[in-house]
Amino acid sequence: MQGQIESFVQNFPCFSIMLCMFAGIISSAFKEKIARLLNIIVLVLNIGLSAAVLLYTVGTGESYVYVMGRFPAPWGNELRVGMLETGLALFFCVIMLFCLLGGRHKLVQEVEEGKQGLYYVLADLMLSSLLALIYTNDLFTAYVFVEINTISACGLIMIRQNGRTIEAAVRYMIMSLLGSGLFLVGICMLYDLTGHLLMSNIKIEIARIVAEGAYHPPLLVTIAIISVGLAIKSALFPFHAWLPDAYGYSTVSSAAILSSLVSKGYIFLLFKIIYRVIGFEVFHDSKIVDILFLFGLMGMVFGSLSAIKENDIRRMIAFSSVAQVGYIYMGIGMGTQAGMVASVFHVISHVATKSLLFISAIGLTDVSGGSRKFIELTGSGYRNKCAGVAFSVGSLSMVGVPMFSGFISKLLFSQAAVQNDGKMLPTLIVLGISTILNAIYFMKTVIRIYTPVEEGEYPTVQWQDNKIYTAVLICFVVLNILLGVCSQPIVDLIESGLNIFA
Amino acid sequence: MGANLFNNYGEAVAMILFVIGCGNLMLQSNLIKKIIGLNIMDTAVYLFLAEKGYISGRVAPIVVDGIQSVEAYINPVPSGLVLTGIVVSVSVSALMLSLTIRLYQRYHTLDLDEISLQLKKEGL
Repeated sequence: MQGQIESFVQNFPCFSIMLCMFAGIISSAFKEKIARLLNIIVLVLNIGLSAAVLLYTVGTGESYVYVMGRFPAPWGNELRVGMLETGLALFFCVIMLFCLLGGRHKLVQEVEEGKQGLYYVLADLMLSSLLALIYTNDLFTAYVFVEINTISACGLIMIRQNGRTIEAAVRYMIMSLLGSGLFLVGICMLYDLTGHLLMSNIKIEIARIVAEGAYHPPLLVTIAIISVGLAIKSALFPFHAWLPDAYGYSTVSSAAILSSLVSKGYIFLLFKIIYRVIGFEVFHDSKIVDILFLFGLMGMVFGSLSAIKENDIRRMIAFSSVAQVGYIYMGIGMGTQAGMVASVFHVISHVATKSLLFISAIGLTDVSGGSRKFIELTGSGYRNKCAGVAFSVGSLSMVGVPMFSGFISKLLFSQAAVQNDGKMLPTLIVLGISTILNAIYFMKTVIRIYTPVEEGEYPTVQWQDNKIYTAVLICFVVLNILLGVCSQPIVDLIESGLNIFA
Repeated sequence: MGANLFNNYGEAVAMILFVIGCGNLMLQSNLIKKIIGLNIMDTAVYLFLAEKGYISGRVAPIVVDGIQSVEAYINPVPSGLVLTGIVVSVSVSALMLSLTIRLYQRYHTLDLDEISLQLKKEGL
């Protein structure tokens, strides 16, 4: 009986992907209320399923392979599930639920009547592609879901119809398609070199090729192309031109989902390719890590500098994403296990914080006549107290004040840097500079929203006015403090997850 | 090195086409030309796959008169990948074209830089 339950739990990752996909397809035929209800049901079910699998994998302490359609390894398609994957899947589902609930009132205002149902179709498809990217063990499946992810992200940007969002969607598509084109070429070259598409089989073949010393240049080019393709898609520094418009003008749920989840899906795929396809040592010896490291550092500085220059709160938060993605790539670029752990933790911390910032910023702009210029936001922290507090918490977390999640990730990055002789100095210096720059633009905003102004120009909003929104903000704040205070179990989970990841 | 390049001229042509398509996608400011570049880029990948998947003298693994030895057939997976890739590329092109139509209806131009300029003037 126990064994039966366990083997049934093993099916859950497949169920959750299928559930989201079919919910998306079915809800396109329904009215928007039913689509919305279906979306919430699917998200809650997914949270339950992921939690069950997480408990199961933590219980067994090892990852398992789920064979789709019972075709054995070299031919069939596989999912591979460990605690890192399920933990992230659970976390992504929770954040997605919060983002959709928190931005619902804006969605009703900003999206045309009759098209809001489509938003939930896109959100379901987005979630299914994210889950598939997290779980899949097959490179070509990953490519197909990368494209589904791109298409649904494009839809999420342009569902609010104005010139800006359509232009932003076009620019987003162009960069994304370049990235996925490069990724596809990389996959084809890997298939050509190794003759496999399943990640574990490719790794065995690559280990053999490297041991024989054959095909060195093609392997290097392949690793470079795949890394660059995924870096473009996750908006690493020189490829971030599309990002401020896409995050700055779309409806707030989309901005929160795109900045926190979509780019992280690609980064997680890169983690997976590093560990499970190419092999950590081979990747480290290829020197591609140094290039990622360099661009990560540049992103940390230049993203923050652009954010300081920005006069629009949404675009400022968007530019801050560029800097944070830079942090993640810096962790990858350190080329040590500690750096990887720090990167994965920063993925989690950034997901929690950036969605909080986007959702709370909308509360502040709403009580400032819809304007996003800083001058109009003066004193908005008093007019909407919940949003003001939540925004301050998010800002403090981004800057890296103790008690909040951002502090832990900066601590982990510094610890990883100290263990790495060659890259210690640049990492610590740039980490310091970037923290100061972060503090400049986030504290400037916090001071601005708490500068008292004369009464009366704009309305004041109480927390009772939009109970769902307030509840979401409270959940986000609690999540952030929880990540900051009880970080040790999560770091342990990430470490043991990475150990069995390969 | 040079001999390898000549022996694998199909792959070399595919890579050159890929770079041409990539350049078009990035550098052209006309949206339709960008989409053409995208399609050239994707097709180059399919040429690469087809070139890699074909071994001269062997046939597609369709059994007509009894199963012959493994040596008689090519690997069908690259062809399958090409088909999947074509489906993806068609849907992406359709999406890009629909976005282009939307932008053209609003701004009456296909030039992306011009559209950005007009957006700045609108001050949105």
